[in-house]
Amino acid sequence: MAKKLMKGSEAIPEAAIQAGCRFFFGYPITPQNDIPEYMSARLPKVGGCFLQAESEVAAINMVYGAAAAGARVMTSSSSPGVSLKQEGISYIAGAELPCVICNMMRGGPGLGSIQPSQGDYFQATKGGGHGDYHLIVLAPSSVQEAVDLMHNAFDLADIYRTPVMLLADGIIGQMMEPVEFHEHEKRELPAKPWAVTGYDPNGDRPRAIVNSLYIEVDELQEMNDRLQARYKEIQEKEVMVEKYNTEGAEVIVCAYGTVARICKSAIALCAEKGVKVGLIRPITLWPFPEKELVEVMSQPSVKRELTVEISAGQMHEDVRLAINGAKPTDFYGKPGSYTPTAEEIAEYILKTREA
Amino acid sequence: MKTVFKKTPVLTDTIMHYCPGCGHGIVHRLVAEVIEELGIQNKTIGFVPVGCAVFGYKYFNIDCVEAAHGRAPAAATGCKRVNPENIVFTYQGDGDLASIGAAEIVHAAHRGEKITTIFINNAIYGMTGGQMAPTTLVGQKTTTSPYGRDPEHCGKPIRIAEMIATIEGAAYVERVSVDCVPNIIKAKAAIKKAFQCQIDRKGFSLVEVLSSCPTNWGKSPAEAMDWIKSDMIPYYPLGVKKDTTNE
Repeated sequence: MAKKLMKGSEAIPEAAIQAGCRFFFGYPITPQNDIPEYMSARLPKVGGCFLQAESEVAAINMVYGAAAAGARVMTSSSSPGVSLKQEGISYIAGAELPCVICNMMRGGPGLGSIQPSQGDYFQATKGGGHGDYHLIVLAPSSVQEAVDLMHNAFDLADIYRTPVMLLADGIIGQMMEPVEFHEHEKRELPAKPWAVTGYDPNGDRPRAIVNSLYIEVDELQEMNDRLQARYKEIQEKEVMVEKYNTEGAEVIVCAYGTVARICKSAIALCAEKGVKVGLIRPITLWPFPEKELVEVMSQPSVKRELTVEISAGQMHEDVRLAINGAKPTDFYGKPGSYTPTAEEIAEYILKTREA
Repeated sequence: MKTVFKKTPVLTDTIMHYCPGCGHGIVHRLVAEVIEELGIQNKTIGFVPVGCAVFGYKYFNIDCVEAAHGRAPAAATGCKRVNPENIVFTYQGDGDLASIGAAEIVHAAHRGEKITTIFINNAIYGMTGGQMAPTTLVGQKTTTSPYGRDPEHCGKPIRIAEMIATIEGAAYVERVSVDCVPNIIKAKAAIKKAFQCQIDRKGFSLVEVLSSCPTNWGKSPAEAMDWIKSDMIPYYPLGVKKDTTNE
């Protein structure tokens, strides 16, 4: 298929539909309105259903109900709206249902701004709602990657019976890039005998109950053990990371999403000054590519690490946990919506090198 | 020997956790009998609430989903949109539906969602231990209105059936009571009509059931039934509030 010039927040819903998503429930919020708008036009034409919910809270609960019925379903929103969805996401995780949630992050806290941000890293990777759970969090750094990751997102959700979040900044949603929709490797997907489709007392399937209530301590423990075992398996099997220019690098930059692309430009600027800088770009923010980061950092050439984010250093906490004091780490970035330039990042790298 | 009564197979054999004199057991039976009589057990999905009926999935012998507090109409919407041939109902109490879930029920009705809601109004939060509900009567003492509900302070009780009846998408709305046998018979007829409304894809249907909570009202089971009649029904008049199923 030929390449098409598409805006991120139109390419993402198209990729979702091509990945088999037929149900979308959402509520308007800037900067991601093109996603529900696109879905409202396309889904009825492919035998699906788009429904504009009365609130973010209702939207995520509609996702819960549709996932319980066995559908491939998604919602999308931006930071304040994703906060509202957290109750429902916790229930979806507790009831072990698959779904995909897209967060086009904007500046916060509170109403914040409508400019790009990476301030929801904690919320996305540490659970977000109540209870001990994780989402699989995918962080694209281009429109093409967002398209490709949508296939992974739905497959991972089905395989591990967990909500998956596509965590992008507003830039990914708003920029136009050439994209190609190509065939993806088909992963083996489990059946959904747990889905509520109607119980036949004379049939083979037991009665389906979708639930996250376990009033007995032992039963709740069993559910949590099951979840934790699944998270461990995900950590072992599903890490995705890009290593760029890392071999023999003096400084390793760790960044994700759009910021990682800006860092690549900064790396080129540093190279002009004869300083070799490499990049570790987590594609899965959870599971975090801990081993891969440690491996790159352990090279004798590497003197230190620098995390760059549009946040106060949220991912930097995971970086520090992974490196665990073995080598110095540093952070460059600001909370809110301030997107650093390649020049600023390069200047910071070179300046701190001299120091 | 002639069988004069048999438990419907749409209820499981699990012993219910409800208090003596609680109306939930009666309403569970009515809903289950209606599902049996309409022959829809194998395609009905129940969405149970947070509240005393939180364990409803243990009692209804059908596929069930446990919804978050107040969110059953939204969750049921998602399910119904995926499989429109399923019969989907929500079973909700007054804290769940009339308070925290007020937006979800109004908009499910507004969309004319082809689902059925059984709404239990017992004028109190049961499971959490007897706090004031939006439906608590003026002067009624609860654990969070210890001097009696004061309308100057927190308004008058909300009449859900009348409110939902004003919404275009609602096709059938009735208020019934389970305080005595004649009313229980009428309640079952209303529940059956509400499910039939969904089968015929006429629109949203809701049956509000005035029900007893002797434990949290501080009354005996018999006194509780009398109180429905003496205090609740005068404020919450029984009857059909809206019926467009023949249009």
